[in-house]
Amino acid sequence: MVERKRPVDVVLVGFGWTAAIMAQELTEEGLEVLALERGGWRDTGTDFPTTHAPDELRYYWRHAMFQETARETQTFRNRRGQTALPIRRWGSYLPGVGVGGAGVHWNGQTFRFLPSDFVAKTHNEERYGELPEEMTVQDYGVTYEELEPHFDRFEKLCGISGKAGNLQGRIVQGGNPFEGFRSDEYPNPPMEMTFSQHRFEAAANGMDLHPFPAPSANMSRAYTNPLGVQMAPCTYCGFCEKFGCGNFSKASPQTTIIPVLMNKPNFHLRTHCEVMQVLKDRSGERARGVLYLDAHGKLWEQPAEIVILCGYQLSNTRLMMLSGIGEIYDPQTGDGLVGKNYTYQVMSGVDIFFEEEYTNEFIGAGALGMVVDDYNGDNFDHSGLGFIGGAYIACWTTNQRPIESHPVPEGTPEWGLEWKRAVQRNFLKHTSLSVHGASMAHRDNYLDLDPTYTDQWGRPLMRMTYDFTENDRRLSDYITPIAEEIARNMGGREIGVTRRADDAYDIWPYQTTHNTGGTIMGETPDDSVVNRYLQSWDLPNLFIMGAGVFPQNAGYNPTDTVAALTYWSAQAIREQYLRDPGPLVQA
Amino acid sequence: MRPVQISRRRLLGSSLLTAAAAVTFPGLGWGRQYGQGGGVPWSPGVADEPYYGTEPLEFFSAAERRAADAITARLIPSDESGPGAREADVVTFLDRQLAGFYGRAQRWYMSGPFPEPLETQGYQAPQTPAQLWRAGLAALDDHCRETHDGREFAELSEDEQDAVLTGLDEEEIEFDGVSAKQFFDFAREMTIEGFFCDPVYGGNRDMLGWRYVGFPGARYDYRDFLAHNGARVDIPPVSLFGRPEWTR
Repeated sequence: MVERKRPVDVVLVGFGWTAAIMAQELTEEGLEVLALERGGWRDTGTDFPTTHAPDELRYYWRHAMFQETARETQTFRNRRGQTALPIRRWGSYLPGVGVGGAGVHWNGQTFRFLPSDFVAKTHNEERYGELPEEMTVQDYGVTYEELEPHFDRFEKLCGISGKAGNLQGRIVQGGNPFEGFRSDEYPNPPMEMTFSQHRFEAAANGMDLHPFPAPSANMSRAYTNPLGVQMAPCTYCGFCEKFGCGNFSKASPQTTIIPVLMNKPNFHLRTHCEVMQVLKDRSGERARGVLYLDAHGKLWEQPAEIVILCGYQLSNTRLMMLSGIGEIYDPQTGDGLVGKNYTYQVMSGVDIFFEEEYTNEFIGAGALGMVVDDYNGDNFDHSGLGFIGGAYIACWTTNQRPIESHPVPEGTPEWGLEWKRAVQRNFLKHTSLSVHGASMAHRDNYLDLDPTYTDQWGRPLMRMTYDFTENDRRLSDYITPIAEEIARNMGGREIGVTRRADDAYDIWPYQTTHNTGGTIMGETPDDSVVNRYLQSWDLPNLFIMGAGVFPQNAGYNPTDTVAALTYWSAQAIREQYLRDPGPLVQA
Repeated sequence: MRPVQISRRRLLGSSLLTAAAAVTFPGLGWGRQYGQGGGVPWSPGVADEPYYGTEPLEFFSAAERRAADAITARLIPSDESGPGAREADVVTFLDRQLAGFYGRAQRWYMSGPFPEPLETQGYQAPQTPAQLWRAGLAALDDHCRETHDGREFAELSEDEQDAVLTGLDEEEIEFDGVSAKQFFDFAREMTIEGFFCDPVYGGNRDMLGWRYVGFPGARYDYRDFLAHNGARVDIPPVSLFGRPEWTR
């Protein structure tokens, strides 16, 4: 028998960034909030202190902070008709597990999407004419103007280091002139740039581009956030992405919210509890709570007035499918919405090898970089180019961790003496540019349930069908050469280029953990799983957070937009839903 | 749509599995409840040490160890520019890794079926890393004995060894029952890990790998060096163990 726990007002599924924000906002409203996290408790001092944090093998290569594929994975194929096979070892992306979620092991690159990204369909069709039928791009249903205060809140919570380029409509020298307006300056000044960024900046200026310091969740100075939580200056140790910060210098749920939350009598957290299903009530029109499995393998029902999915995009989408909420997308008929518009990120990169100068890239930080945004979004004229969307080009100095990063020029053998000498020769003399491209939705890129492979409970794994599209290839073909030109102008000996979209999408080489779509937001129940407030069209007391709600992905890292949408949704719950707990948008 | 049902039988088995995992990973522990005004649960002076990879278990037989060591010594050879994988004791790293959870593929999804994969579908070998190494090393020595007058891999000249490894890498040599290419790729990947990992894991002895390329290791504060402006930053490495000078 499944036993019932005492009912709570709100149950949060997962306990990363979006859950921490939701818990903070809804406990302020006096609600009793419970978070269920399938991983364990983690804090800086115990789990990743500076004495243990810089351990490349343990955290990256042995996945100490990532989900175990044995517990949840996806099957993958490039297109329909092929047999999807399970991802046995993570490669292209790295979903997190444990308190703080992937917010513990992110780099901290904290961009806002552009105003035009939120209205990708109407904006692009007005300017360039109708989009191809197979591009299932749509508007978010919420605008940049509506989200601006919520971006600002998250950036202040995190103490983002950066330089505004558009302050209340006034273009400010040194920032990103293409960004949407900001109501306020960043809470901290930009990070201190190193040799590679200086070379990038000079090269970009020489090409009449507009370089600006990357917005960074690594602290440029000591900071106390609006909740009174203190963070320390970043020490540029080069262990950010895939690692916890031992130094309280990277914004994460642990360093911004959790210390406050843990002191609230109306919040509690249960760890090692995996939510198996969202339960509907008898009418089928509301969620009555969730079914979860504790560490002893015992099933519990947790009743709640409000259920909020705060897991990673892949987990949230699968939980919707396994719970039988809504209809799973079928690309052949176009019916169904859960799993529709799975999108990713179109990446390419340029390596630069210097001869005389040393880049010393072990001196780095997750979001230490200079960026140009001239070719992102619709910041340039796409007429006649045959694609929409764009990419930022950045010179990041995130690390020189040697197992991961020992680049050698093209044509070097992959092992043996010649390889070894090339590694030594280039190890301290290398930098790279990243082209971080948008990913537009396509009819044939989607998620559904696998017909063959199951998890340890006998439930189907989620199946990913994904490949780069014509839009992706054209985008990469157009923007990568611009990055190559910047790279050549940086004064190195030689460059090398990697373009992911040239070949079929490969699940093995790491690209980004920016999986998006699957529980998309929109204006009507005919085109979306959740409404503009991230509320389920099917069950009005169910809300879905995370990048799964992006109808398509922009040319930026998603966290800032994910967080802004969470604050936006929390505000709607606080100010509208609690007064009248029904649909916030009439279908 | 109807929700997917959970198998009762599997559920029963799963609690045993979770119990086993908790014993193997002391850091995992049981589920706990936090909060309700209790503050952040934290005790000073308590931290999780790097517990895995350092188990004093042995995986390799003497013959396997000879062959594995000889492979690493050709993948990252020693020369006048500096020491290689043999000097960095990469074989001890391999031995400990393969004896532990990584060798068992304990965290990987390993259920079949295992059909012929697409090139884009990543690691699809049915073997765990330990099984892959065991079968691969045996097949390698068999192949060498057949083609080189009864000599095993470790007894070949360096040039002969390089020729065999190239044959694996370029898929000119195939083994029965295990993919020679998969074995080679894994050997290469783990040799690089063992050359550049922290010495707590048994490889990178005396931080030789780090010294060779100029990586300062497990440090965490470079603020004094930010303005290097293209000049070399040359500071001695430090491991999670510290530095030899600290204990002398």
